[in-house]
Amino acid sequence: MSLVEIEKLTISFGGKAAVSDLSLSINKGDRFGVVGESGSGKSLTALAVTGLLPENAEVSGAIRFDGAHLPQDEKAMARLRGQRIGMVFQEPMTALNPLLRVGDQIEEALKLTGHEGDTAVAGLLTEVGLEAQHTDRFPHQLSGGQRQRVMIAMALASAPDLMIADEPTSALDVITQRVVLDLIREICDRRQMTLIFISHDMRAVATLCDRIAVLRGGKLIETGPVKEVLSRPADAYTQKLVAATRMAPRQGEPHVAEKTLLEVVHLTRAFPQGGFWRWRQKPLLAVNDVSLRVSAGECLALVGPSGCGKTTLARMIVGLDSATTGQMRFEGTAYRGSDLPPARRADLSLVFQDPFGSFNPRLSITQSLGEPLRLIPDLDPLAREERLMEAIDSVGLDRAMLARFPHEFSGGQRQRLAIARALVTRPSLVVLDEPVSALDVSVRGDVLDLLVKLQNQLGLTYIIISHDLDMVAAMADRVLVMEAGKIVEEGKPDALFAAPQHRLTKALMEARLPDIAA
Amino acid sequence: MTLYILRRIFGFLVTLLIAAAVIFFLLDLLPGDPARFILGINATPEAVAALRLQMGLDDPAIVRFGNWLFGMLRGDFGLSQTQKLPVAGLIADRMAVTLPLTIFAMVISVVIGLPLGILAARHRGKIIDTGLMILAQTGVAIPNFWFGMLLTLLFAVTLRWLPPGGFTPWNEDAWASLRGLVLPSLALALPQAAILARVMRTALVDVSSQDFIRTARAKGMTFGEALWRHGVRNALLPVLTILGLQFAFLVAGTIIVENVFYLPGLGKLIYTAIMERDLVLVRSATIILVLVVSFTMLVVDLAYGFVDPRIRERRA
Repeated sequence: MSLVEIEKLTISFGGKAAVSDLSLSINKGDRFGVVGESGSGKSLTALAVTGLLPENAEVSGAIRFDGAHLPQDEKAMARLRGQRIGMVFQEPMTALNPLLRVGDQIEEALKLTGHEGDTAVAGLLTEVGLEAQHTDRFPHQLSGGQRQRVMIAMALASAPDLMIADEPTSALDVITQRVVLDLIREICDRRQMTLIFISHDMRAVATLCDRIAVLRGGKLIETGPVKEVLSRPADAYTQKLVAATRMAPRQGEPHVAEKTLLEVVHLTRAFPQGGFWRWRQKPLLAVNDVSLRVSAGECLALVGPSGCGKTTLARMIVGLDSATTGQMRFEGTAYRGSDLPPARRADLSLVFQDPFGSFNPRLSITQSLGEPLRLIPDLDPLAREERLMEAIDSVGLDRAMLARFPHEFSGGQRQRLAIARALVTRPSLVVLDEPVSALDVSVRGDVLDLLVKLQNQLGLTYIIISHDLDMVAAMADRVLVMEAGKIVEEGKPDALFAAPQHRLTKALMEARLPDIAA
Repeated sequence: MTLYILRRIFGFLVTLLIAAAVIFFLLDLLPGDPARFILGINATPEAVAALRLQMGLDDPAIVRFGNWLFGMLRGDFGLSQTQKLPVAGLIADRMAVTLPLTIFAMVISVVIGLPLGILAARHRGKIIDTGLMILAQTGVAIPNFWFGMLLTLLFAVTLRWLPPGGFTPWNEDAWASLRGLVLPSLALALPQAAILARVMRTALVDVSSQDFIRTARAKGMTFGEALWRHGVRNALLPVLTILGLQFAFLVAGTIIVENVFYLPGLGKLIYTAIMERDLVLVRSATIILVLVVSFTMLVVDLAYGFVDPRIRERRA
């Protein structure tokens, strides 16, 4: 018997269909995965089921919940959500009200469904693996994983028949991701709850769900039991998505030169903590006495959970932040961070994680790409233009695109532009901070291929920051594992991942989602 | 929270001290000898010297600054040079008019402005929103003195419900004093209410697209309920900032409206003092304004901390 029936659902905005003619049926007790890339309409479909679509959406078709059409009245729909549907969203950082204690927010959900009681909040917290002391915390005092647990507790408050989880783990690091996925599965089992799990991650869906629907451009591509669909994908697009989950290890021997390009010597970055007598408080050591060497032509990966200090380290290397003690030497030039001379800074570049946030929307691509060239004195306009052309050619984009603005590009194209911007000064070292984690799976491979190609062509040295072990295994010559500001393990990726020594490395390996069985 | 409060109070005291120093030494630099000014052009040099000694003008500037500060701590603000009356009393009399006037105006603008802003945000893009915002735009554009005159014409001249101007001291007839403040506070409140409504609406519209509003709706609230329970408090921070600025502006800036309604307020006192070069009075009145404004900012800061737990424990 089906709990949710979607029949010929079409959602359009200003005449443009974002979801078209979609029919799905989700049975009671199913764990149903909806997979698709950005713009596939998967989130809109979930919002339609819960009556939370934006006001300007034009909807046709029918949605039945437990046999009855969704109520048209706003209040009735709201109460239906409150009592029978629980939702967990992608961004645990912004999904909770920052001004209220989490206990009060959970209690509010309980009140709305008439399940209140002194023990109810505590019971929910225990169920999602939080402690009673967390009731009085404010959201900003919790980690991302803890906030997501609070979200789940809130979704469970009404003892719903259906839980909808929209990319619940994509903002979390690998270890936390695994824990939250396991938690969701366990709760669904215990409560006999139906789950709609929306994700772009095939492997997460394969781990968690028993049925799957693949969406693309608002249309249903394929649906059926997870095992069948993923082991014998009928559609070419599904095949491509499945293939993208397997990353081929790096081919050939690395061509690492003996020459040391960058040396980091006993580097420490301390952040002062609060307190009235500030100087009496122990500072927080984001990077704690780190030493490392990077050879010319090498690809070094820094892995570790969120907050381990890998980004702080990278920021100091490229001169965006300064070390408290210790120093770095880049091709013989000693520096502590932002005192790196501009001429040398041109030899170092950084590519950020989020290609949407890292471009100023008011600047044309020419302007954005041209900015790093200020580091190079006496560059005449002709040479300047030549550099821009060279950079945009090297990332495989059209020269005519230089005149456009960031919003005209897709995520993958923007990340190519970000790489072009990093290359425009002809650097020797490029720091890549989670270069593909904000991209759709199907374009990740392309961007990584491009990075490998550029490294071979231009003899670049990479420092990759990531928590995606598969990507690291495919790209890196050497891996450093970081925890709480210190480097805890080091090695070649195949050896390191085959026999991890440190507790953290082991935990990272265990948290890796299993491959999709062929 | 205690730490946050202590920090803010410390900042408040430092601000006051710096402001006092700036006011004192700036006025001290002005050319002209106050003793000679008081005695007139025909005074003998001996008389001037005697008065200088008596006024303590021959002491070094830092000593005079200290004396002035400690005098103020004891409530002694000095003698007005033109009116020969204690400045403290003069200012207190005027504050008895300006402070209630400001507070009434604030209360009226909050009571009118915030609900209208919330209403507009609740129905954003609809006819109610457009109508209210046109109204607010008009309110911002109308000069308050002109609005004051219109109010006088309607309620005082035509309807004769309220006095057209003037002020009865509180100790004579408090009811009459209150009635005298109604029209001026309305005149002051109108543009402030319009600004508040706009700020409230904008802040709330911003907040309404936040993820936690969607979470609240997912919990089972309608959009309106979610906005009311989770939106308004989050939208309050920018509103508090504006409120603080408005209060400061009203205390110091009521002079035009005071003129329209013949009210003996602080603005008028300062205006007269400046015109008559009464430096002692200007100095003390200015420091009182600084005190009121910084105190308002202190209250706003504390209110921030009260509303937002993140600010309370921020390491700044």
